Amino acid sequence: MDLYPLYNSIRIALISTGIIFVLGIAAACLVVKLPRVLKGILDCIFTLPLVLPPTVVGYLLLRVLGPKRPAGAWFLRIFDAKLTMTWYSAIFATSVVIFPLMYRTARGAFEAYDENLTLAGQTLGLGRPYIFFRITLPCCRAGIIAGTVLAFARALGEYGATTMIAGYTPGRTATISTTVYQLWRTDNDALALRWVLINIAISAVVLLAINIFERKKSR
Amino acid sequence: MSLEVCIKKTYKDFSLDVSFGTASKRIGILGASGSGKSLTLKSTAGLVRPDEGSIVFDDVVLFDRKTKTDIKPQKRNVGYLFQDYALFPDMTVEENIRAAFRGRKKAGRQGNDEDVESILKKYGLLHARSRLPKDLSGGEKQRTALARMLACDPGLLLLDEPFSAMDAHLREGMRLKLAGILEEYDRTFILVSHDRDEIYQLCDYLVLMQEGKVIAKGRTEEVFAHPGTVASARLTGCKNISRIEIINDHRVRAIDWNGIELATGEKTGGDITHIGIRAHDLHASDSGENVISCGSAAVSKLPFEWYVTLENGLWWKVSRGLGDNERFQIPEHLIVPPEKILLLKN
Repeated sequence: MDLYPLYNSIRIALISTGIIFVLGIAAACLVVKLPRVLKGILDCIFTLPLVLPPTVVGYLLLRVLGPKRPAGAWFLRIFDAKLTMTWYSAIFATSVVIFPLMYRTARGAFEAYDENLTLAGQTLGLGRPYIFFRITLPCCRAGIIAGTVLAFARALGEYGATTMIAGYTPGRTATISTTVYQLWRTDNDALALRWVLINIAISAVVLLAINIFERKKSR
Repeated sequence: MSLEVCIKKTYKDFSLDVSFGTASKRIGILGASGSGKSLTLKSTAGLVRPDEGSIVFDDVVLFDRKTKTDIKPQKRNVGYLFQDYALFPDMTVEENIRAAFRGRKKAGRQGNDEDVESILKKYGLLHARSRLPKDLSGGEKQRTALARMLACDPGLLLLDEPFSAMDAHLREGMRLKLAGILEEYDRTFILVSHDRDEIYQLCDYLVLMQEGKVIAKGRTEEVFAHPGTVASARLTGCKNISRIEIINDHRVRAIDWNGIELATGEKTGGDITHIGIRAHDLHASDSGENVISCGSAAVSKLPFEWYVTLENGLWWKVSRGLGDNERFQIPEHLIVPPEKILLLKN
């Protein structure tokens, strides 16, 4: 059994989770401080990928990143590499799809955060970076970790947008989800089942981790 | 030694317009919740920026709209005690205090281990030094917050309802302790509270606030003795307030108390619309000036006081002993000395 899809899926999920960890927290930080109208608009835009069909996300990404489209063409000219149909193309797809998960859980945590702690830090003479990294983030830890794990789990299972932008090339762009579809399509039921079980096992472990964390938080 | 605050700030549904100045070092702001007292405190600390005005403490301009002066809260050298203490939840007691020293590092006041040690000892926190705030008792939390605030020797202390997060039975003891600490520290402080006892006990200059405005200010004793307006009388705890008709310079009829006639110590005037009588200023007696008939009064029992509501609506409070379980005998008449009648404007 070729384990490349497992390796590729985990690699893609880890990298996109890493990117979205930073972007999602930054976006959440920004949005909670905005005035109401702007907050509503940005919140809507940031949440959109959660409700859009992944194929729509994939389509939009192709419009931007395709070799003949602006960003794709520019990248091709500068780095002599394509942004679509490679293993890392899937990172774009998963990143967009998991962004709302990270953003929304982080935003919830920041909204529940007691702003007086920041004010207290200021009157004690503490600078903004110290307050953010040593006081605010640790306070929001539980929500942020839950968001990260959820985002990772979702990234691992992304299919629609991934298949549109990265396709399915065995040993190159194959992920667990695209492999399952391919195996089922070619009547290789036994192997498909194996991958299905692997996927269920990983997702179950991840969700279990969230539950354990949530319980710790509520205590 | 003086503090001058003169600021305005407008929100959609609330506007703050505060001005007071005093050389006193023990300042109190008394007001109901939502009256803008915390906002005044936050403005003084630099946590909220006023739209207009200035804040000057000991000749240092902390904020002045006209000259665009606005010292950052980090540099104002004020200590702020938050209502719920705002202890950093992921840091131990000791780390909370160290964070304060860290904050003042640039001002050359970095604490060494000895400083931290002596502060922990001084506030009785040695045993709790490695505990997280959530594992502290109410008293320990307040001491940690005080220690953290005072660790770096701020010049001006801002105390936002320091006892409101505390159980009632601890409150009075902590009030005395805080009074001791403040006395020893001997810096200017502003205490914000909705509890008139707290303010009366700890402050000698008082600002009364209502709906964002200052409605009275002056020496605490003076404001309590002559509140001047109906709102101030209520805030300082006057239970009996009635509209009046003026009969002559020293005589009024109380409309809300069945129209009883009362003699006043001070001269009534054109803009006096109400009078007030503190519930403790009534005494049982059948003769003297201002004899009031009790009628069929209602009595309710508190641990150390009888609350008597007279037929005409007046409230009277009488001390009682706890074991004193005999039925309270309502006298036929009460008197109130004319000089105890507060003349009030609306």
